[in-house]
Amino acid sequence: MKRYSMLLVYAFFFAITVLPSWLGLYDQYIQFVMTLIGINIVLTISLNLINGYMGEFSVGHAAFMGVGAYVASIITVRLFSDSSFFGAPLLSPKLAIFGFPLALIVGGIAAALFSLLVAVPSFRTRGDYLAIITLAVNFIFKSLVENINAVGGPRGFMGMGKVTNAMGDVIDLPWVMLWTFLAVVVTIVIVRNFVSSTMGKGIVAIREDEIASELMTVDTRRLKVIAFMLGCGLAGVAGGLHGHTISFINPSSYFILQSTIMLVMVYLGGMGSISGSVISAIGFTILLELLKPLDVLRWVAIPLLLILLMLFRPTGIMGNRELPDVFPWLRKYFTSTEEIVSHGSATD
Amino acid sequence: MALLQIKELTHSFGGLTAVDDFNLELGENETVGLIGPNGAGKTTVFNLVCGLYKPSQGVIAFNGTSLVGRRPHAITSLGIGRTFQNIRLWNELSVLDNLRIAHFSQIRYGILDSFLFTAKLREEEREVTEEARELLKLFNLEGSEKELPRNLPYGLQRRVEICRALVMKPRLLLLDEPAAGMNPGEISGLMDLVRWVREQFQVTVWIIEHQMRVIMGICDRIKVIDFGRTIAAGTPEEIRNDPKVIEAYLGEEVA
Amino acid sequence: MSLETFLQNFINSMQIGSFLALIAVGYTMVYGVLLLINFAHGDIFMVGAYVGYFLGTLLLNRFDFQLPFDLPAWVVVPVTVILTMAITALVGVTLERVAYRPLRNRGAHRLYLVITALSAGLLLEYLNLWGLGAKDRQFPELFEKQIYPISGVSVTNIQVMVILLAFSVMGVLWFIVQKTRWGMAMRAISYDRLAVPLMGVSVDKIIVTTFVIGSAMAALAGVMYGSAYPILRFDMGMLVGWRAFIAAVVGGIGSIRGAMLGGYLMGFTQIYVAAFLPSTYRDLITFTVFLLILAVRPNGLFGVARRTKV
Repeated sequence: MKRYSMLLVYAFFFAITVLPSWLGLYDQYIQFVMTLIGINIVLTISLNLINGYMGEFSVGHAAFMGVGAYVASIITVRLFSDSSFFGAPLLSPKLAIFGFPLALIVGGIAAALFSLLVAVPSFRTRGDYLAIITLAVNFIFKSLVENINAVGGPRGFMGMGKVTNAMGDVIDLPWVMLWTFLAVVVTIVIVRNFVSSTMGKGIVAIREDEIASELMTVDTRRLKVIAFMLGCGLAGVAGGLHGHTISFINPSSYFILQSTIMLVMVYLGGMGSISGSVISAIGFTILLELLKPLDVLRWVAIPLLLILLMLFRPTGIMGNRELPDVFPWLRKYFTSTEEIVSHGSATD
Repeated sequence: MALLQIKELTHSFGGLTAVDDFNLELGENETVGLIGPNGAGKTTVFNLVCGLYKPSQGVIAFNGTSLVGRRPHAITSLGIGRTFQNIRLWNELSVLDNLRIAHFSQIRYGILDSFLFTAKLREEEREVTEEARELLKLFNLEGSEKELPRNLPYGLQRRVEICRALVMKPRLLLLDEPAAGMNPGEISGLMDLVRWVREQFQVTVWIIEHQMRVIMGICDRIKVIDFGRTIAAGTPEEIRNDPKVIEAYLGEEVA
Repeated sequence: MSLETFLQNFINSMQIGSFLALIAVGYTMVYGVLLLINFAHGDIFMVGAYVGYFLGTLLLNRFDFQLPFDLPAWVVVPVTVILTMAITALVGVTLERVAYRPLRNRGAHRLYLVITALSAGLLLEYLNLWGLGAKDRQFPELFEKQIYPISGVSVTNIQVMVILLAFSVMGVLWFIVQKTRWGMAMRAISYDRLAVPLMGVSVDKIIVTTFVIGSAMAALAGVMYGSAYPILRFDMGMLVGWRAFIAAVVGGIGSIRGAMLGGYLMGFTQIYVAAFLPSTYRDLITFTVFLLILAVRPNGLFGVARRTKV
């Protein structure tokens, strides 16, 4: 029973997002918002791994999203499209449907490597100091990109639109949404599996008491590297998807405000809860879109929301529980945290 | 070959010498006590052995392998278990998880296995869970496996902590003031527990304690330090009657 | 680089460094007593600059709305400065009361406080953007600018004022912290929060005082900054303030000496990097250098590692 439950859930969501989009039942705007929701789910879960499960305080997550966005976009534009930045494509645009996922992965790997700038200092410092380092990394990323004129510097980079069009020309599918959907599934599966394993639980042990962990044979450095590279790598993939969704990126898109939005989603959903991250990513993205007419007031609302959250419900919607913990009737179909505790792994 | 060999161990924090020329040899299957006034440097010695600090000077060898300069997790996975003055269990993780995580160094599966939930992972996780459960049973703790440590009474928490320290199949067990905060009944229970652990697991126990009843009751030999320096060493009888120890620590009336 | 250029850059560095030092000290003081990085502090500086702008422009009758009288400069300047410092201090204290204190009293995890601070800063920024629009504002000329050419190097009176002011303010602050009872209490709190009220000193009062002093200093920096660089932007809090924050951390958060040193170090790095390389490299080099310093000395230059007992 349980084995197939999650599959059914994924199939359901596929059926209400990608399928209708392919059939042309949704207009461009709805598709855009759905893709954005998917991207935000990946971002929230990836940050939750670092801030929630591992209890660090990374406030510069947008930098890794940005690395992925730029790397993936540069690759696809260079290889598959005719652009004002690079000239003629190196490969046939028809190959974009194969090149796109590869570019996303390369973007993710680049972000994962970039995360070492934070992972290594995390060996010796924690808390406030690490927060500063993540902040500095955000500044460094922005500054770095602004200095590279070949990709537009502060003015930005574009051309991804041609790539997505090229993909659509070969087979008419909502490609970016499709890959976003897959990215969401992969993220949920990987992170869930990881934190349910004994190795992954070591990350929570680090949060609870790092010294005790180290003395109980947990290789804290290795785990920190894994957590940062995984979390930031996933953010990089999300960034690549983001770049191809909005088709025009600039360094300011991946700066403090974006990092703050991700923080809101993580703490709104609950540190250490995947269901919470999913729920808050969906809810918050929709909220932001609904508030669009408010213009700048939107940006006032975001930090205000975070303050109110801290004052009145810092544990967020789900705390550190998952849906089956809150709704016991779900336990017939899905594994609750308690069972993960007893059996040791997600399903038995 | 000695199980643990410490020679001329010295360590300073800033201008303060916390440990001065500490020497000790521990053999298999014995219980050794480390006592002294507060601030004498006892926990510092434990921390140096475990690799939390790098000694200014000295040799520490476990089964012939030098420990100096190694990371703590590497040191403990060689076979050294440890408990702490203030119980340091992971409070947001269940008792069972607390034990499972201590298996970390014995895990053979890799990162990809854990991402992809492979058969290899599932097999090993079953083993790890089984082993953890058996250990809990030995300690009479099976009922508590799903509990969070902070919800358990103090005495049980202590037991869990000692249980956890035995997961990595240590040859040496370091207990730092395990009787702290216990009433006389609990202390008797603890003494029985330590004796039982010695028997059952054939480990060497090195214990820091202020409760003289415990030290005199279970230790084969005792080392006394004050201000980082060793002031006496010997059997409980010898220590009990040593004037230097009485002056520095025990006081005139000894139980 | 010629000697003149070097000296010119030196003076400019001292000026920028003074601003950064004044702001950095505010960060460090609050951290000292609350163990909280008041992320909103940079935006307090922004508030100071904008309040100074409004008051100064109003009193100098530069707005469309005119006051029924004209005030001479020697009245306008001190009134503007003092009133700005007072109002900004009020903002800082309100922030403490409304956002930080409830969390502190609840014994909330420090993480939540930091997030609140971060959000408060952003809130101030976007309130500014929403309320005043995206157009930059021009700070009024409170002081008539005079340039003193000294052997090829031009020094403005504002630069002299800023540097002297920074040093005197920090001198007074040092005196307060080291020699007065208030200062002792402030230092005591950073070591042991519980013991202080047992000695008959109200912790809340000390904290409020810290916020008042820190915010007032940031406001002063804001007014002087506006005088030196008259174009105000809504995100100047982030641009200048967070640099000051990093300077405070590199100097060693909690150490006033460290904050001062960090501020000037940051100022010098910014100016001299821009002198040798295109200005777009300024931030990149600055933050990389500071990251490296932290890598070697994780607690900053003057910071003291807080030892937790194992």
